[in-house]
Amino acid sequence: MGDLKNEDEILRISKLKKAFGSNTVLSDVDLNVKKGETVVILGRSGTGKSVILKCIIGLIFPDSGSIEIFGEDFLNIKQDEKSKLRIRIGFLFQAGALYDSMTVRQNLEFPIIRQPDYKKSDLSGKVEEMLENVGLAEAIDKMPSELSGGMQKRIGLARTLMLEPEIILYDEPTTGLDPVTSNEISHLILDMQKKLNVTSLIVTHDMQCAKLVSNRIVVLKEGKFTAEGTFEELEKSEDEFVNGFFKFE
Amino acid sequence: MSSTEKVNKKESKSTLKFKLPASLEEFFAKIAGLASFAFKFFIELLKPPYEINETLKQFFMIGYKSFPLVAITGFIIGLTLTLQSIPTLDKFGAASLVPSMVALAVILEIGPVITALIFAGKIGSGIGAELGSMKVTEQIDAMEVSGTNPFKYLVVTRIFAATIMLPLLVILSDAIALFGGFLAINMFDYTSLKTFLVSAMANITFSDIIPAVTKTFLFGLSIGVVGCYEGYNASRGTESVGIAANTAVVISSLMVILIDMVMVQLSSIIF
Ligand SMILES: Nc1ncnc2c1ncn2[C@@H]1O[C@H](COP(=O)(O)OP(=O)(O)OP(=O)(O)O)[C@@H](O)[C@H]1O
Ligand SMILES: [Mg+2]
Repeated sequence: MGDLKNEDEILRISKLKKAFGSNTVLSDVDLNVKKGETVVILGRSGTGKSVILKCIIGLIFPDSGSIEIFGEDFLNIKQDEKSKLRIRIGFLFQAGALYDSMTVRQNLEFPIIRQPDYKKSDLSGKVEEMLENVGLAEAIDKMPSELSGGMQKRIGLARTLMLEPEIILYDEPTTGLDPVTSNEISHLILDMQKKLNVTSLIVTHDMQCAKLVSNRIVVLKEGKFTAEGTFEELEKSEDEFVNGFFKFE
Repeated sequence: MSSTEKVNKKESKSTLKFKLPASLEEFFAKIAGLASFAFKFFIELLKPPYEINETLKQFFMIGYKSFPLVAITGFIIGLTLTLQSIPTLDKFGAASLVPSMVALAVILEIGPVITALIFAGKIGSGIGAELGSMKVTEQIDAMEVSGTNPFKYLVVTRIFAATIMLPLLVILSDAIALFGGFLAINMFDYTSLKTFLVSAMANITFSDIIPAVTKTFLFGLSIGVVGCYEGYNASRGTESVGIAANTAVVISSLMVILIDMVMVQLSSIIF
């Protein structure tokens, strides 16, 4: 784990609430993330981990609470400023969300060629490089429907990395991948933190990945973060719920 | 029990008076949604940057690919309409009016409306299903989080293409229908194409053509808007894709008929 040089808080979430009808998903979520930090969110399936990430990026509007990113009040800014901030934030969808009418190359180029200050030279070799990172250079001219679920996920990750975001929100980056690829993705996440000082918020059930990349782990239960600490701290936790994530037998 | 029940009844009665039934409320919500969607289309249409490649692709997908279906229908309508009206008009000794009658019927009413209904079935459902499945598989969300504008890329291009292509298809379909009429007349006795066209166009004036063409733009616009709206606002789950496609066809077909009625009234006032 890299030591944190910059102590600025780049993401501040406080008192976040979200209910869908009578189904209260988030009741009181608070979380601050520092620049360059990697925070892992653990929680049972269906507890609202994806909802938290979607609130942060603005796909779901919370009922109350505040979200501050790069010092901006993200819930109350204008649409075009929001778009500008979003370019600095990467989001990896749980199911990949590839554009299925476009080739892999077009998928990766899509956001970049639509930037106002786009130049052709920005693109040269970049698509190939990102695909190399996720080990799928040969898929460049394939359609998403020709790829397996795990491959689609890795292409999704490559697409997220194209815009060189400062914060990346990963929704289960290694779920559905074989152990070798999972390990490669975990190392990719780690590399980005070390080389580019990227801040990451990762939802995962993959404890191997959590152990490798996390600076801090938070545990979501009944709409709140009920436990927080490093992997080593939580591993020794007395709490039965937290303990459940660390027991493998 | 009776007293509390009475109170409850009274209360529910009084609230009912001021509350719209759920379906009516949904109906108005949908109208408002469609209107603001159309409004947003015009705003985004004018704002650069323009998605030129995608627009051209949609011209091809929406216009060119509907052409065979529209052409066949137009041909058959022109042919059958003529075949059926010849004996009747012949009884009144007015067989020479057949080309003119067919042209009036096709150009003013049947061509635009039938083509638009076919277009609504093919293109409205196609757009609804395509955008609906993009919504369900989070592709629209993915565009949004990458800082691009999915409305511009997906919606503006499709509505614009539908608005431009339908009038062209109607013109082609009208021409093919008239050709069908010409063939039908030739089954009875020989007429040259020139004679046929001259007598067909004899009773059509410029003030007939303008409203007939104007309404086809509105048909195309409304089919595009409804298809995109239904797809773009599809809810979660696979079945919502089917619902989006289906609702798109139903509503846009209905809109075609309604717009047709309003435009006929309007043009009879203006011209
Ligand atoms: N757009 C939505 N509309 C209605 N309910 C939703 C919506 N999104 C999520 N939910 C509900 O919120 C709850 C949490 O969903 P979420 O997808 O965040 O779970 P999760 O923690 O990511 O689970 P998993 O680990 O299985 O991905 C679920 O009960 C889900 O039904
Ligand atoms: Mg999830």
